[in-house]
Amino acid sequence: MSEAVVHSNSVNAKPPTKKPASPMRLALREMRKNKFAMAGLIVLVLMFLFCFIGPMFSPYSMDDAMNIRNANKAPSADHWMGTDKVGRDVLLRVMVAGQTSLMVGIVAMLVTVAIGSTLGAISGYYRGWVDTIIMRLADIIMSIPSLPVLIILGAALSELKMDPANRIYLVMFLIGFLSWPSLARLVRGQILMLREQEFMQAAEVLGLRDRRKIFRHLLPNTVPIIIVVGTLAVAGGILMESVLSFLGLGVVPPTPSWGNMISAANSMIEFQKRPWLWIPPGVCIFITVVSINIMGDGLRDALDPKSKR
Amino acid sequence: MANNLIEFRNLRTNFYTSSGVVKAVNDVSFSIKEGETLCVVGESGCGKSVTAMSLMRLVSPPGKTEGGQILYKGQDLLTLKERDMRHIRGNEIAMIFQEPMTSLNPVLTIGDQITEPLLLHKGMTRRDAKKRAIELIELVGIPRAAKIFDSYPHELSGGMRQRIMIAIALSCDPKLLIADEPTTALDVTIQAQILDLMRNIKSEFNTAIMMITHDLGVVAEMADHVVVMYAGKVIEEAPVHELFANPKHPYTQGLMRAKPILNQRQDRLYTIPGQVPNPVELGNNCYFNDRCEHCMSVCVDKQPVLTTYENKHKAACWLYEKGGEVS
Repeated sequence: MSEAVVHSNSVNAKPPTKKPASPMRLALREMRKNKFAMAGLIVLVLMFLFCFIGPMFSPYSMDDAMNIRNANKAPSADHWMGTDKVGRDVLLRVMVAGQTSLMVGIVAMLVTVAIGSTLGAISGYYRGWVDTIIMRLADIIMSIPSLPVLIILGAALSELKMDPANRIYLVMFLIGFLSWPSLARLVRGQILMLREQEFMQAAEVLGLRDRRKIFRHLLPNTVPIIIVVGTLAVAGGILMESVLSFLGLGVVPPTPSWGNMISAANSMIEFQKRPWLWIPPGVCIFITVVSINIMGDGLRDALDPKSKR
Repeated sequence: MANNLIEFRNLRTNFYTSSGVVKAVNDVSFSIKEGETLCVVGESGCGKSVTAMSLMRLVSPPGKTEGGQILYKGQDLLTLKERDMRHIRGNEIAMIFQEPMTSLNPVLTIGDQITEPLLLHKGMTRRDAKKRAIELIELVGIPRAAKIFDSYPHELSGGMRQRIMIAIALSCDPKLLIADEPTTALDVTIQAQILDLMRNIKSEFNTAIMMITHDLGVVAEMADHVVVMYAGKVIEEAPVHELFANPKHPYTQGLMRAKPILNQRQDRLYTIPGQVPNPVELGNNCYFNDRCEHCMSVCVDKQPVLTTYENKHKAACWLYEKGGEVS
């Protein structure tokens, strides 16, 4: 029954975005059939539980005093993932680091979505010079290699002696700010097509304001794209954060993040002799990013009526 | 007689295309009285829809309304500020479209879309708007209104969607309802229902209807007054009975003859010979001259003007012009 509804709708509808309404429910139903995507989702949920609930079950706490005598111990019954060079429990740090990394990924995604969809929608709706300005700005940001910029900014921030705790937020916003243009372009393309649809003419005839037309009538039609890009942006954000933190420019100790934990691997001794320091965060990044990407692909299939098998 | 609600005066809307200026609406004047149903008839591309869009001030580039006046209650809509115009759209003048399948936003519920103008123009609270919306859904003859309120467009059939479009259009008690070929995309049984519905609405709310159509059956069914357009110009205008009884312009006569008649065997339906002229380079002649059976020399040289004859019948044709040959 549900399939019939989905199917007939996608046949009648010319635009690819005219997706089945009560959109989320139908899309989720579609996605539930995709085993891969569901596996990704489950792994992701487990990862969140591991990071946010896990620390509560740890016998250790982030406030524990350093214990040099206990440093660099291999995994054991007491410390399942061993200890680092100042004697902290690695398992606990991986979990707490996960909170940071996931937060960075999510906030960076929110920033990307907020800027990207708004500017993309405005650009596509008004066209003309507004479009030109926004799209050229997007081109400029896209053509700046983001890593050098972030490295320079990171170095500058280190010079300015910025409070490490606040630095996380800055990293989130920077990553988000540098990745909005691709979403803006996609949204703009959709809006350009949608604004010519009859239902927009009908909305115009009702005497609605532009703001309402854009944000209530047009943007909801681009939600599938935003969701897919947003999901993948979380993965991108986590990776970017890891890269920056690995280079010592993102999240800085004592706040742990997966990226700055891996930077333990940049000394030969630790890389060779103490793999428990860098393998766990590395595996966490890998699992998280892969499962987000798989889920993103599943969402794309579920939300795009053209890709129905 | 009732007052004029809308009066088009010498309206001109041009489209600037790469191959030249298209005079889509060329010096069109007619008026719609309060509570009257006026049908605008003509073939595709004759400027019917553009006239309606000009009235809504929604002609989009490369089109431009460049001359004339559109008086609504004595006020020229063409000089109104955009803000004031927005207040008229949907509130005083509402419009429904040809294609009900695509005229509703697929991601918003029916309820969202009906309440929208109520919240916007009438300043209703959400609860009142919902109550009114459910009344409207019932008014347009859809059962289970409360359930429909929460459903999405794809769950409804074409006829139901067109009813919803009508409900949305009626939500603010407009003075004028523009219906741009409202039944073209529907099958015949549904067409009759929708026309019935519109007739009921008209008698109940005294809403004037400007109906754009190319279906003479619809015209006969609905109209009080008919305007026939050809190549951007009004070529004939008359009360409906007068027009059907006594079509003056050869084009209108052709349209009447091209209509199939029930219970009458016809081997082949009559067609008007020739093609609609290229709208880009129209000279100063009768635009119908090369297709007209009665074409005279004056038809090629000069353009006839819309002249009033008996029974409020207006036509633009040299055939009826006394001494037209001479002048």
